[in-house]
Amino acid sequence: MVTEKILETRNLVLSFGGVKALNGVDLHVKNEEILAVIGPNGAGKSSLLNCINGFYSAQQGTIHFKGKPIHHLPPHAVARLGISRTFQNIELYTGLTVLENLMAARHIHMKRGAFWGGLFFGPALKEEIRHRVIVEEIIDFLEIEPERHKVVGMLPYGVRKRVELGRALAMDPTLLVLDEPMAGMNLEEKEDMARFILDVSERRRIPMIIVEHDMDVVLDIADRSVVLDFGTKIADGRTEEIVRDPRVVQAYLGEE
Amino acid sequence: MWRPSGTFDQTYRQDMAIVRTPFRWGLLIVCLAALFLFPAVGSHLGWSLTYYAVSFLNTLAITIIAVMGLQIVTGYCGQISFGQAAFMAVGAYSSAILTTEAGLSFWVALPLSGILTGIYGLIGGAPSMRIKGFYLAIATIAIHFVTMWLLMHLSITGKSVGLTLDPPSLGSFVFDNEERMFYIIMPVMLGLTFAAKNIMRTRVGRAFVAVRDNDLAAQVMGINLYYYKLLAFFISCFYAGVAGSLWAHLTLVCHQEQFTLIHGLWYIGMLIVGGLGSIPGVFFGVLFIRFFDEIVLLVSPYLATWFPWMGTAPAAALGLTAFGMVLAVFLIKEPRGLAHRWEIVKASYRLYPFAH
Repeated sequence: MVTEKILETRNLVLSFGGVKALNGVDLHVKNEEILAVIGPNGAGKSSLLNCINGFYSAQQGTIHFKGKPIHHLPPHAVARLGISRTFQNIELYTGLTVLENLMAARHIHMKRGAFWGGLFFGPALKEEIRHRVIVEEIIDFLEIEPERHKVVGMLPYGVRKRVELGRALAMDPTLLVLDEPMAGMNLEEKEDMARFILDVSERRRIPMIIVEHDMDVVLDIADRSVVLDFGTKIADGRTEEIVRDPRVVQAYLGEE
Repeated sequence: MWRPSGTFDQTYRQDMAIVRTPFRWGLLIVCLAALFLFPAVGSHLGWSLTYYAVSFLNTLAITIIAVMGLQIVTGYCGQISFGQAAFMAVGAYSSAILTTEAGLSFWVALPLSGILTGIYGLIGGAPSMRIKGFYLAIATIAIHFVTMWLLMHLSITGKSVGLTLDPPSLGSFVFDNEERMFYIIMPVMLGLTFAAKNIMRTRVGRAFVAVRDNDLAAQVMGINLYYYKLLAFFISCFYAGVAGSLWAHLTLVCHQEQFTLIHGLWYIGMLIVGGLGSIPGVFFGVLFIRFFDEIVLLVSPYLATWFPWMGTAPAAALGLTAFGMVLAVFLIKEPRGLAHRWEIVKASYRLYPFAH
């Protein structure tokens, strides 16, 4: 199973007017793999993620998830198939508590609508408790128990980053997309986050796409890396080899 | 057991409970008993203010239902709507038509007019799929005027004359005065409040807040924006429809002058004063503005005697001027409304003697 491709893009082309954000990108993610997507600013990393999520629809090319085409689906339908994501600039529901944020991510797994919810009795109550147990496991895993009932908008940055990872996990994803999970963190927080990401990968066997600028982190956690430059893939392979590729060094790491 | 600080939850069910201590259960039961006994005891003993107080409570309760609906769509789902008065009118007219023309009983017509208004609200909410914020607010004002135009020109709604209704009855008992209607209006209000609170703490409510707080993330988390925006409008208009239906059966007439745009603005004002995104905020807002309104009504006749050189103009303008001023003060000083103040009071009470 390890070699099976869970997500595959073929010849993805996305342009905004005259600017080609993605210019024929082919990449794939294998089962149980952490794939890093790296590249300088404006290389098309976020555009790529937004195409996968369904925010942008590429002018050309296809995206297949578990063998099914998803490039024509709206974002919420992509989410239902099991692709979950965090954002570079934290996009939590600021008015809800940590617990409610995570419960909101169970949305696609819950069934009861406004009627049963309004009664808060029988099936709706049982469903709430069942999903509460799952969410509490994630809260326990991410060590955010003291923050459980706090409103997210009041929490410090590092904790909010962690809550966002928790929300993505609460969706029970089959593919996790992390957009700069370490951005703006200090060393200790980065170490914590890297540990959580590796734990998720090892315990839950969830394949991941990570966009990250910190090359030390990428070297530590990514099994494989894809390098984008001006919307074109210029390298794809084991991270240790990639960082020695002269084209990558020139485009991204700076000329020596 | 006076303060929740000493209580510990052992199950998730306990953690989710609204009423957490036996003392609070006692308080709740005593308050509800007092509320429901008041009209019967008051009129039996012949207290002079009973009729006035009961009719005031009826108006309050109906307004609370309408504003509760608005809280769901505006406070929780973030879709601003100035059309709540128009939706109330739809509820009032549809229940009038259902009871007089279609010959249905009031008890069937009440929920049915809520559902009909909800369906009408889907049309009203449709613009929210493409526009938001200020533009949506303008679109809902347009819906108000379209609705009023329809009520004015359709023959089934009695054109400019309006409609008259019969009071609801249960067997041979007729709910033909304020005290009797109180026993219909109050339970409906309490039930709908309970339902609103429950919707907001379960799946649908969290989806509404997700749409309000971050529509981008909401989509990524599998929430269908359009569906939940329309559902919010449906539920909101269901509340407005029930409120309108009760109002029609209380006053026994339907006329479009009962549901003006200024009512829709008042409702939004009540939300701002009470606190957006809070169920108790609805009560605070409606109570505050209604009491304020009563005070203004008491004071305004004297304005002409205190300031004779101004004539009758200040008395006529005082209500709106004062309302505008209250809103401005709240937006500057306490944009999160009285509900937020209430949270602060509760927290400092719990933490006493430590400073909050």
